[in-house]
This record gives sequence, C-alpha cells and structure tokens, in this order.
Amino acid sequence: MGGGLARGVATGYLSIVVLLPLAALVWSSRAHGLGAFWHQATDAQAMSALKLTLGLAAVCALVNAVAGTAIAWVLVRDRFPGKGVVDALIDLPFALPTIVAGLTLLALYGPGGPFGFDVAFTWIGIQLALLFVTLPFVVRAVQPVLLELDTDMEQAAASLGASSFAIFRRIVFPNLLPAILSGVGLAFARAVGEFGAVVLISGNIPFKTEVSSVYIFGQIESGNEAGAAAVSVLLLAISLGVLLAIGAIRRWRTRHDRA
Amino acid sequence: MRVIWIALVGIALLAGSATGASQGGSVDLVAYSTPKDAYGKIIQAFQKTQAGNGSSFNQSYGASGDQARAVAAGQPADLVALSLDPDVNMLVGKGLVPKNWAANAHRGIVSDSIVVFVVRDRNPKHIKGWGDLVKPGVQVITPNPFTSGGARWNVMAAYGAERRAGKSDKQAIAYLYKLFKHVPVQPDSARSALAIFSQGKGDVLLTYENEAIYAEKKGVHTEYKTPKATLLIETPVALTKSGLKKPAAKAFYKFLWSSTAQKAFAGQGYRPVVKSVARGYHFYKPAGLFTIGTAKLGLNGWTKVNTRFFRPQKGVMAKIERSLGH
Repeated sequence: MGGGLARGVATGYLSIVVLLPLAALVWSSRAHGLGAFWHQATDAQAMSALKLTLGLAAVCALVNAVAGTAIAWVLVRDRFPGKGVVDALIDLPFALPTIVAGLTLLALYGPGGPFGFDVAFTWIGIQLALLFVTLPFVVRAVQPVLLELDTDMEQAAASLGASSFAIFRRIVFPNLLPAILSGVGLAFARAVGEFGAVVLISGNIPFKTEVSSVYIFGQIESGNEAGAAAVSVLLLAISLGVLLAIGAIRRWRTRHDRA
Repeated sequence: MRVIWIALVGIALLAGSATGASQGGSVDLVAYSTPKDAYGKIIQAFQKTQAGNGSSFNQSYGASGDQARAVAAGQPADLVALSLDPDVNMLVGKGLVPKNWAANAHRGIVSDSIVVFVVRDRNPKHIKGWGDLVKPGVQVITPNPFTSGGARWNVMAAYGAERRAGKSDKQAIAYLYKLFKHVPVQPDSARSALAIFSQGKGDVLLTYENEAIYAEKKGVHTEYKTPKATLLIETPVALTKSGLKKPAAKAFYKFLWSSTAQKAFAGQGYRPVVKSVARGYHFYKPAGLFTIGTAKLGLNGWTKVNTRFFRPQKGVMAKIERSLGH
C-alpha cells in the first residue's frame, strides 16, 4: 500500500517535472524530419562547439574526481579551525546565480584582473568557470560515504604493516569509487549544459571559444529553432549515455565486490 | 536564461495584477531592457494626465528577441517596445500585431540612436573612422550578431559606411571579413559587451550612442567617437490587437510622442524623434547618416537585410563567422 503510493508519487512527479519537458524537446526536434535533424546536429560550427564542450566537460570530470575526493577527505578526516565554514563554502557555487559567477570570474581572470592573469575569452577561462560551478558534486557525493566508512579496517591493515598508500588503494578507494563516479557523472552533465557562468567569459568565437550552450542560444535568437533543438537533443543523448555508463560501472563494481 | 526571464515575467505579472486594479484599466507593456528607466518616468507622467488618470501598468523588460518570443507564446501585451523592426514583424506574422502598425506620423518609431565607437580614455589608438578599426593591433568588441539582435545594427553600420565611401558591395563585405578578424570576443549582448570592454578588453567597442552615454553616466572611463558615416538606429513601438481595444493603451501610445515622453527618452541618451523636442538637445548629426532603408547603399530594410546577412548557416555573417575558424 505505502509502496504503491510512493511509486505513484515518484512516477507522477518524474513524468511531470522531467520526462514531459524532455519529451517535448525531442518532439520539437523531430518536427522538421530526421534529415533536417542530422543536418542541423552535424553542422560544422555546431560540431566544433560540441567537441570543445565535451573536452572541457571531460577535464572537469577528471579534475573534480581528484580534487573533490581530496576536499571531502580533508573535511571528514582532518580537524582544523574554521572547518564548518569551509564545509558551508563548498555549496556556494550552487547558490550563486551563474551569471554572477561569470561576471566575478571575468573581473578576476580578465584583462583588468588583480593578478595580471588574463585567461578570459580562452578555453582556460571557460574551464575555470566550469570547475567553479561543478565543485560541489564530487565533494558532496564522497563526504557521506567517507563519514560512514569504518576506520577499523584501515587500522587493521596498518597494524599488519600496510603502507598508507596501500591502505588508500586497497581499502578506502574501492569503497569511495561508486560515490566518486556518481559525483563525476553529475559534474560532467552539468558542465555540458552550463550557460550562465560561461557566456561572459567564453569569447563566443565560432570554432574557437564557442561552447554548445552558447551556440544553441545563438540559434534560438536568430530563429533557427530546429538547429537549437537538434544540438540540445544531441547534448542530452551524450549526457544520458555517460550517466548510464557510469551507472553500469557502479553496478558492476558492487557485484564484483560482493562476489 | 529564457526560462529565468519567463519566470521573472510571471512573478512581475502576478505582482502587477495584485496591485493594479483600478477603473482606468491596466496596460501590459512588454519592452526591451535599455529604455526601462525612460518608460518608468513616462508612465508616471502619463498617469498624471487626464487620459492616463487611474490607469495602471504591468511592465516587463528583457532582451528584445526574448520578449517578442514570450509575447508570441502568449504573454499578455497591449504595447510592445522592441529594439528593431523584425521583432515587431515576427508578431505581425503571428497575427498579434496589425500589419499597419507603423502607420503613424513617425512610422511607429519612438526614439533614435546611432552606432558609435567607444574608445579608451584619450583615444590612445587614434580611432576616428571605420578604416581605423581594421588597422594592425586594434581589437574591436562587438556582440555576436546571432545571439544579439541589436548587434546587427553594428554590422550594417559597418557595411553601409563602406558603401557610402564608394566601395562596391563585394568590397564592403570584404571589409566585414577583415573587421571580424579584429574581434577577439563576441559577447552575447550589448550589455555584456559593455561589461567586457569595461574590464579592459579591446580598444574600441561598437555600440549605440545611448549605451555610450549610459557608460559615461556609470563612470566607465571612456569617450565615444561618432564616425562620419554611420547608421541611424530606429526603435519601434506597436500597439497589439488587444491594445487597440483598450483606451488607456491607445492614449499611452500617443503619449509616447508627447514632448514629456520624448524628453524622458533624451534623458536616457536616446535621440528624440519629435523635431521640436530634438532641437533642445545637441545631438551631433554626422554628415553621412544613413538608415537601414537607404537603398542606394544596398540597404533595403530589415526583412531583406536579415535574409541576406543573418540567416543562420547561410547568410553573409554566418559565412564570415565560419571563416574565423580557419
């Protein structure tokens, strides 16, 4: 009875909030025919923007996997004054409207910046903006797992003479991997779709510094809805593929560990 | 972004409808963002007149293209104030604005501006004319004409100025190719472009005179130069079919060409279109001023210009953008 209700709420909510808009998007992209869809999605400028976007998102995923795990580790295992404040800081990139993040990063890393470190309007600037907005994902995925992780195993390994690197590799890391992967998947998907934080700091020069979200925006603004929908659907499909693949790896790891 | 706008518009409408019940009738004004302050003042003045007594306004401001699409998608609008004709004509195509919207003494144009060059303090690169923009080492900031409808004024100003200098169509287009090689950043909108220029990027910003005046007011340390030949920017206002049924909306539409309203536009850096008001201000009139309809310069109105220059993937500008990748 309770399970049925929960299932009903879950299905209904998912359908209205997520599936309906996604279906509408796919529907609008196919309105012009499959040939037009393919033509729009594989346009040279769209492709170039897509490559840049995926490259930046992949770097984002990798950097977050390492840095995010390290930050979670420090927050859980270390004691230092102001830890509560640092812990609260992690979520701020989520709270800040992304366009404000873009403006701030432009002021910081632009030609008028205080460090004389001018990377605005290059791929490095876009990368920094994406790293900023995707920071919380891995940290917040790994932190609770690390909190729950029993240190008995690690102590036992240490008493048996395992080096701290061996302990991390053989005991801690396998336990954290599913959480890292799910954080990485979210960071990747967010980086692929991010618009607000990058629109100011990316130069928007086609074939050079134009990312997919900005390309899509341009197509909408100039009345090419078919092009915008086609590239959006392609982006969604890629993100879905990545998230599914990560889910599969996680399930495989879990089974593998139990065996 | 669009979703955010739509959400904001929704909130604004709710707030507006909660406070706006009165016998004078409420008017839905949907406008692009830059003249917001001017409209605020004009509405206050209008409500003090006999025709506007007791009227209330629901105001919505945003990027011109976004606003036009929101209205096309069903956002209530009695009056639309947009940054260029094609945005109004899109609503004509949807049957929301009557075909003859421009049939008044001022052709539906409520304020003017021109395309100018904003340069660094004391103009260190000595930028005066269009030829100076393509000199070695000069960086030009202008928004991407595909994300910013308003940036199309800049492109057509460059093209028209070349034509006016006696160049052929081919040579003028070659100039555009050369010009965009000098553009290191194509921001998404005129305001983003101003923000980026203020941050120290670029030697010259292509923008509208009213934006340049706005920048000066905001204390950005710049000056602006008016090239000898440049494009007259004309911003339209139209009554929608629903607006035509409301006396308050019609009265407000007329009021926009009153000297009070025209002075409010001038206060925001726009050029008044009513001659008697314009005389009171000293806007410099360059000798080579042309409009988007100056046929002898190859400019035959926005409809034709848009198809030829700004069609996605096929227009002249789409090809120029493509050439930047090689």
